[in-house]
Amino acid sequence: MKSTLFNMVAVLFTITLIASAGVGAVNMITQEPIAEAKALATKQAVSNVVPEFESNEVSEQTIDDMPIKVYTALKGDQIVGYAVESMTKNGFGGAIRMMVGFLPDGEIYNVNVLEQAETPGLGTKMCDEENPLLSSIKNKNANELRFSVKKDGGELDALTAATISSRAYYNAVARAHQAFLVASGAKAVADGVSGATGETDNQGEDAQKGGENE
Amino acid sequence: MLRKEAKMNKLQIVLSGIIKNNPTFVLVLGMCPTLGTTTSAINGMGMGVATMAVLIMSNLVISLIKNLIPDKVRIPAFIVVIASFVTIIQMLMQAYVPSLYASLGVFIPLIVVNCIILGRAEAFASKNGAIDSILDGIGIGLGFTLSLTIIGAVREVLGSGAIFGYQLGISEYMPLVFVLAPGAFLVLGYVMVLFNKFAKK
Repeated sequence: MKSTLFNMVAVLFTITLIASAGVGAVNMITQEPIAEAKALATKQAVSNVVPEFESNEVSEQTIDDMPIKVYTALKGDQIVGYAVESMTKNGFGGAIRMMVGFLPDGEIYNVNVLEQAETPGLGTKMCDEENPLLSSIKNKNANELRFSVKKDGGELDALTAATISSRAYYNAVARAHQAFLVASGAKAVADGVSGATGETDNQGEDAQKGGENE
Repeated sequence: MLRKEAKMNKLQIVLSGIIKNNPTFVLVLGMCPTLGTTTSAINGMGMGVATMAVLIMSNLVISLIKNLIPDKVRIPAFIVVIASFVTIIQMLMQAYVPSLYASLGVFIPLIVVNCIILGRAEAFASKNGAIDSILDGIGIGLGFTLSLTIIGAVREVLGSGAIFGYQLGISEYMPLVFVLAPGAFLVLGYVMVLFNKFAKK
């Protein structure tokens, strides 16, 4: 076709129109499956890091300008744990997002890294099911931990040759712990006011005492 | 060269994409995804298949509308077509294979600027019919997928002692550098040499 101004404008206009219509149509078709896949991934990530639960409530906080989501896992009226979707910007390859599971007494139940861009083979070991980072905080009470690596005078293990990644990992866990404290505190206050789930509240306190005795 | 391509029979079009015009080892196009995504065999293969899907569809559409596009605006027109298909593929992957989408991440939108796709649109699809263009897309796509899978497999074995995620139990003795960026260049160079040595015969 000849390259007259009218031709060029008309053809480009038509092509962009058709293309955007096509993209829009596919977007409409895939919108629901994408939302479902995301919800499923979130649900799986939550159930990986807290004990078995029936339903969950979501609340959002902002700590250090980063959005932190707290999923409160409930079994009946009872709180079985908190899954905190935390993040840090201090990773070696950018942001790291992770799901940290706490039991109501502050014990770290499990950690699951959702997204990271660390060096393959070094920093990426943080995603393994068994790794020094996870095993040095797993099943320990976060209220009693100081989140710093041995190199910085702390007591937590770091990954070999990936100290920056390890620091970032603990940074995200510490932020999750902050959010957990706020969420569990807020929950207790709310319960105290409504009085509906006072039993849960007491159990949480009992468990916390037990944790302190250990 | 191009006139010769047009006269080839159907099977030759596919085969030429895999060996004689292999996009990675012979044409040396699309180096960014080649170096970036081949940290493991499965990532390389995923990237190859996604690129192939875009390539086949864009080749088909461009060969159908080639006579309607004024010459001076053909590049923007091609880019719009390619970008639409990449967006569609991205949304489909996000919806139906979220795990692969998560591991390929930023490289999917980058298919838009992959030289292979625009290169084939310009050199083949805009001069040939619909069926030949689809076959060319399949051939080049297979060649690209195969190259990325080979590079990914070599890097994965040498760097992390595994293949397709299956641990071979030798990971501790393997030089990590092959999974990192310098290893990508090394492996690409040596595989390219070997490929051309055997392909030329």
